[in-house]
Amino acid sequence: MSDQAIVEKLKAKFSAAVLEIVEYRGETTVTVEKEQIVKISTFLRDDCGYNLLCDLCGVDYLGKATPRFMVVYNLYNIAAKQRLRVKVPVAEDDTNVDTVSTVWGTANWHERECWDLMGINFKGHPDLRRILLPADWEGHPLRKDYPLQGPDREPYKGRLS
Amino acid sequence: MAVNTETMTINMGPQHPSTHGVLQLILELDGEVVQKATPHIGFLHRGTEKLSEYRTYHQIIPLTDRLDYLAPMSNNLGYVLAVEKLLGITDEIPERAKVVRVLMAELTRLKSHLVWLACHALDIGAMTVFLYCFRERECITDIYEKVSGARMTSNYFRVGGLSEDLPEGLEKEIRDFAESMPGHIETYEGLLTGNKIWQKRTIGVGHISAEAAVDIGITGPALRASGVDWDLRRDNPYSGYEDYDFDVPVSQDGDTFARYKCRLDEMRQASRIVLQALDKLKPGPILADCPKVTLPPKQDVVNTIEGLIHHFKIITEGFKPEPGEIYQSVEAPKGELGYYLISDGSPMPLRMKIRPPSFVNLQGLPQMVEGKLLADVIAVIGTLDIVLGEIDR
Repeated sequence: MSDQAIVEKLKAKFSAAVLEIVEYRGETTVTVEKEQIVKISTFLRDDCGYNLLCDLCGVDYLGKATPRFMVVYNLYNIAAKQRLRVKVPVAEDDTNVDTVSTVWGTANWHERECWDLMGINFKGHPDLRRILLPADWEGHPLRKDYPLQGPDREPYKGRLS
Repeated sequence: MAVNTETMTINMGPQHPSTHGVLQLILELDGEVVQKATPHIGFLHRGTEKLSEYRTYHQIIPLTDRLDYLAPMSNNLGYVLAVEKLLGITDEIPERAKVVRVLMAELTRLKSHLVWLACHALDIGAMTVFLYCFRERECITDIYEKVSGARMTSNYFRVGGLSEDLPEGLEKEIRDFAESMPGHIETYEGLLTGNKIWQKRTIGVGHISAEAAVDIGITGPALRASGVDWDLRRDNPYSGYEDYDFDVPVSQDGDTFARYKCRLDEMRQASRIVLQALDKLKPGPILADCPKVTLPPKQDVVNTIEGLIHHFKIITEGFKPEPGEIYQSVEAPKGELGYYLISDGSPMPLRMKIRPPSFVNLQGLPQMVEGKLLADVIAVIGTLDIVLGEIDR
């Protein structure tokens, strides 16, 4: 099945939840509503063959787009050797997203990392602790308003700023 | 006397020789049986992703060396391919640069697998293999030094090609090495494969089924040893891999011994690819003709004002990919190494997410050791072939 066919299938099933479809450099990105992410993930895994969640991450678009955050799922279909990217927008005042660790087990650590570094709260996650930073760390360093040099220090004045 | 039924919690690492770096495991033991294993990572976190948001695309290449420091050129390769895809110049990379990239990537695979075999065997008690493997690894490290000037942190590939051409006479050295490699692999196999102790320590140990491995996201040789026939070099080829003739070793057993056999076969295939790459190597340019991205030849920089300005502009300002996002992955020695890049049109990425294979593979460890013996934990850490540099980033 081509990317196009998958997208059509997804649109037919979740017409209200699909917000945007972008093709760029041969890659398809589908933006969907965050409320539907578990249902869509299950559908993509069971009916479209996307059995491997390669990567999950958060992106901070502070000052560039609203809503501020985006959670990105890079999927892969091992049988058809195909990729698909699914994104969900997440607002700054409600950073809750349903966990997909029930769909792909690998999401467990990816979501912990995303919580740790970006501060996205994955609802229903079995063990949402910090993973890379110490348990008593304050703040989420990959957010754009978190200074590169760490809190309470002179901001980095790189050669490009 | 009452039987003591309490479990014991012990701490393994972060300073422990067989955790291969700074991995900490909290093990809950019932006698010698592991009830629960909880990995703690992050001791080597350097914030690579955050740092890269404050650097131009070219300045990020040295950061990628330090992810999987046992296979630096694979990381370089994944990153430059990702940036080239973002820029849309994938088709403009000259043939020679592509062949040298494959050549170095496969030497890197050998280099990484040699360290894996050396340490894995050492952990389980086979000391001799360690010395042999490091002898061969030294040859690759020497090649690295001659090619890039550094033995580990190579920083050799550039967006658009290579930083410089191979030095004269090196092709023969690489050919001699690649031709000798299958014989060396026979030696390692002779020491291990039929060895009763090795078999007892590896066969049936750390078993994981294909379904469980895919669910947990395990990739690379560890996945192929569980029976999933998937290799990015063959299935989503990059950098001209479709022109090479190689096999993808697969096993159905899913245990430590199967992973050992798969990786050894991969080393044989890697030497085959190296020899093919040497045959394909023809003189030619090593940098794409993309003046907005690549640096001008040094001759122009020192002799012409245009060349100097061009050089200055690229060094100080970098280049600006148009807004967009891409995901590019390569078959690194440890599995799928992916780079997810978002450009907002500025000279620095808005976000760079690295998908490190070891991070995801390590997640399978609790499944593979729970209910098994404590001694098997050592074997399983070795067989997963983790590098904390890329787990913690």
